[in-house]
Amino acid sequence: MDPAAAKYIGAGLATLGMIGAGIGVGTIFSGFLQGATRNPSAAAGQFTNLILGAALTEALGILAFVLGLLILFS
Amino acid sequence: MASPMHQFEIHPVLTLPTVNVPGLGAIDLSINNSILSMMIAASIIVAFFALVTARAAVVPGRLQVIGEGIFSYIDDLATGIIGHEGRSFFPYVFSVFLFILVMNFLGLFLVFTATSQLAVTATMAVMTILLVLIVGFARNGANMYKLFVPAGVPWYMLILVTPIEFISFLLRPVTLALRLFGNMLGGHVALKVFAGFVVSLCALAATGGIATLGYAGAALSLGGVVALTSLEFLVAFLQAFVFAVLTCVYLNDVVNLGHHH
Repeated sequence: MDPAAAKYIGAGLATLGMIGAGIGVGTIFSGFLQGATRNPSAAAGQFTNLILGAALTEALGILAFVLGLLILFS
Repeated sequence: MASPMHQFEIHPVLTLPTVNVPGLGAIDLSINNSILSMMIAASIIVAFFALVTARAAVVPGRLQVIGEGIFSYIDDLATGIIGHEGRSFFPYVFSVFLFILVMNFLGLFLVFTATSQLAVTATMAVMTILLVLIVGFARNGANMYKLFVPAGVPWYMLILVTPIEFISFLLRPVTLALRLFGNMLGGHVALKVFAGFVVSLCALAATGGIATLGYAGAALSLGGVVALTSLEFLVAFLQAFVFAVLTCVYLNDVVNLGHHH
């Protein structure tokens, strides 16, 4: 295979890691909404935890993105 | 058309002579666009708070309410996560939050985002982790090992848990730097790619014939740019907030080590 083509395919494959981050962030927000619609008075107090969980999950997706960039540009 | 990565290039704005510092070697004092946008961000913060507190009164005016609002927002955050000792770390958390927030917002108005440079975000992350380590060892001394040995876990589980906790501690500065960097870089690349679609589809549509349909695609991607820009404003705030929250959480781990409040 042409090395340049393999590089682009590899960068594309590396970004597949974002699938997991997408599912994870979706799960977090769906869990928050389920809880928030059942008990709206407690929802505001959990905003920091919501963002924290989403940020920690999203970091793994960002790792995949940075890995893709590293493969593409190095 | 310029590549979407073109906007992240560093180029000198003001060339200054190289200074020889004994022990450190030659240091280039030239001001590049990254340093310039950081300087603008810092001066905006200083000017804003000078303006807000210029005529401070017991009954605050409109401007003072904005300043006090930002102040108490981060104060509530720090004391909420760290507990009543959060007050002593509030200045650091507040400075980091404001600096990142203004740099992110400036990136949406100017052509250059300082937080899309890994060097800038990594410096922020290293500062936070150094503070965590210094505070941790100063307060707990050799008891810092409890960070990796959670209380109430049976010994056979510790064989598994301790290495995981240790690796996750080592990854904290990496993820802290990469999260901000990746979000800003990814957002601005997406904006540029969608904006590039508008130009290239319009150029294609101008050739006439069936290609005139390209105008519909150009309108669609122009709408995409507008929608993405508003999303980027949310992300710009959220990433500054996340950085502040994570700084508080990491500080809380070492400040309240072994006892939960």
